[in-house]
Amino acid sequence: MLIKKPADIKSSEITPKELYMNRREFIKSASAVAASAGATLAGLDMWGMPEQAQAGEKLPNIKKSPYSTDEKKNSFKDITSYNNFYELGIDKGDPAKNAKYLIPRPWTVAVEGEVKQPKTFDIDAIMKLSPLEERVYRLRCVEAWSMVIPWVGFPLSALIKQVEPTNNAKFIHFITLVDPKRMPGQQPSIFGNVIDWPYVEGLRMDEAMHPLTILSVGLYGEVLPAQNGAPVRLVVPWKYGFKSIKSIVKIRFVENQPPSSWNKMQPQEYGFYSNVNPQVDHPRWSQATERRIGEFLRRKTLMFNGYGDQVASLYKGMDLKKYY
Amino acid sequence: MLPKLKLAVFILCLIPFGQLAYGAYTGDLGVNPIETITRFTGSWALIFLLASLAVTPLRRITGWNELIKLRRMIGLFAFFYASLHFSTYIVLDHFFDFRAIGNDIIKRPYVTAGFIAFVIMVPLALTSSAAMIRRLGKRWQQLHRWVYLAAITAVIHFYWLVKADISRPAQYGAVLALLLGYRLFVKWRPRIVAKQSSDTAALRSR
Repeated sequence: MLIKKPADIKSSEITPKELYMNRREFIKSASAVAASAGATLAGLDMWGMPEQAQAGEKLPNIKKSPYSTDEKKNSFKDITSYNNFYELGIDKGDPAKNAKYLIPRPWTVAVEGEVKQPKTFDIDAIMKLSPLEERVYRLRCVEAWSMVIPWVGFPLSALIKQVEPTNNAKFIHFITLVDPKRMPGQQPSIFGNVIDWPYVEGLRMDEAMHPLTILSVGLYGEVLPAQNGAPVRLVVPWKYGFKSIKSIVKIRFVENQPPSSWNKMQPQEYGFYSNVNPQVDHPRWSQATERRIGEFLRRKTLMFNGYGDQVASLYKGMDLKKYY
Repeated sequence: MLPKLKLAVFILCLIPFGQLAYGAYTGDLGVNPIETITRFTGSWALIFLLASLAVTPLRRITGWNELIKLRRMIGLFAFFYASLHFSTYIVLDHFFDFRAIGNDIIKRPYVTAGFIAFVIMVPLALTSSAAMIRRLGKRWQQLHRWVYLAAITAVIHFYWLVKADISRPAQYGAVLALLLGYRLFVKWRPRIVAKQSSDTAALRSR
């Protein structure tokens, strides 16, 4: 549903979309070429400035949530131009540049495995599966930076209840789309694939059912931009960002702990749980502090990213140094 | 001719710094400016380090001996960008939190490697004046061979810090291998040639 103001310009007076898109493309590419020519010569591409994401469609009837933080939110630009989403490129500016390739319609999410009601959901059905809520969460990346992001979505538990997991369902396995046309980062380089596609992640059932765990379909009240994992992604705010898998096409309920992508690549560096934990350093960098994007001084990283009151009980009796 | 060339190269070497200063002035350093500055200065330090190592092979191959007079300047620019990189880490990234910095240098191999590369470059920069070259004599050359180790540890520093995509450090590594390989080749060739000719001589005399 669109919320529209009555137009006060006749549609015939508006420049046709193809024309202004061409013009924008031209200006964008011309200035990008000029700006990055010097840097590109030396093999550097950090000067290609991120493109502004197309303003998304407004999402209707979004409820507030008591789970939201009242910390200062990062800007839409911060959140949509600094992304780790290797399917759309390695550098943090790449996903915004390649966002145009990831067309999120048509899109289905197959829910299968240990469930009584396996079902393939159309994305539009997912958007209406449960009332949409705004969840303003802290996001802590394993690279020691963080943001505050106003997601729009609903608890993952709402979807889980619809498919009725069996008693054998102990874990959930999430799988991202594989489509090198829509995800140019999946085209192999001369060194092969950086990640063994598809990107996969997993949660334990109680983690998945936790009210903080959401499926997100929006950001800042609008449809989720491609670079943030359109059309539907997971958000688990007490875990490092890479656990919050993007652009999901399959959700499998399974009995045994499923593989997860970074853990498969470097098991000593990335565990299955990957709870934010300032006491357990990543072997290559400290996790004691973080830089909140937009701030100068580092902050102390909080246990479970500050969500300990809600989630610490999930890990009672577990050695979190071993299960990192 | 040479003063003009030197001036031109000097200005060329300052372009990256100008880009960075302009980006800082216009607030155009991206969402995480400290990261942008760190990567930018680090990349350019490595590029200039490799460029300084390319002077001798280029001079030998082209026979253009004047090139050697640019080497010190290029090397000092490598040190200039490395210093910016190092101070960005100390001041902007950690804001003089020497406990965290010390821990980083001891515990994180990629920081250790980068730190070693920088420490090696300090005496090389300090002994780059004509007076020091005269004073140190033969030892000057021995001292400045350490630049090979600085370049190797700098590439390792880059290689160890990337998470998954090693293509950029691999590119720098390949260039370094070529530049060091050339030196080994030049060093060993006379012996190989000598051995071959003595072998053929031995064969002939038989």
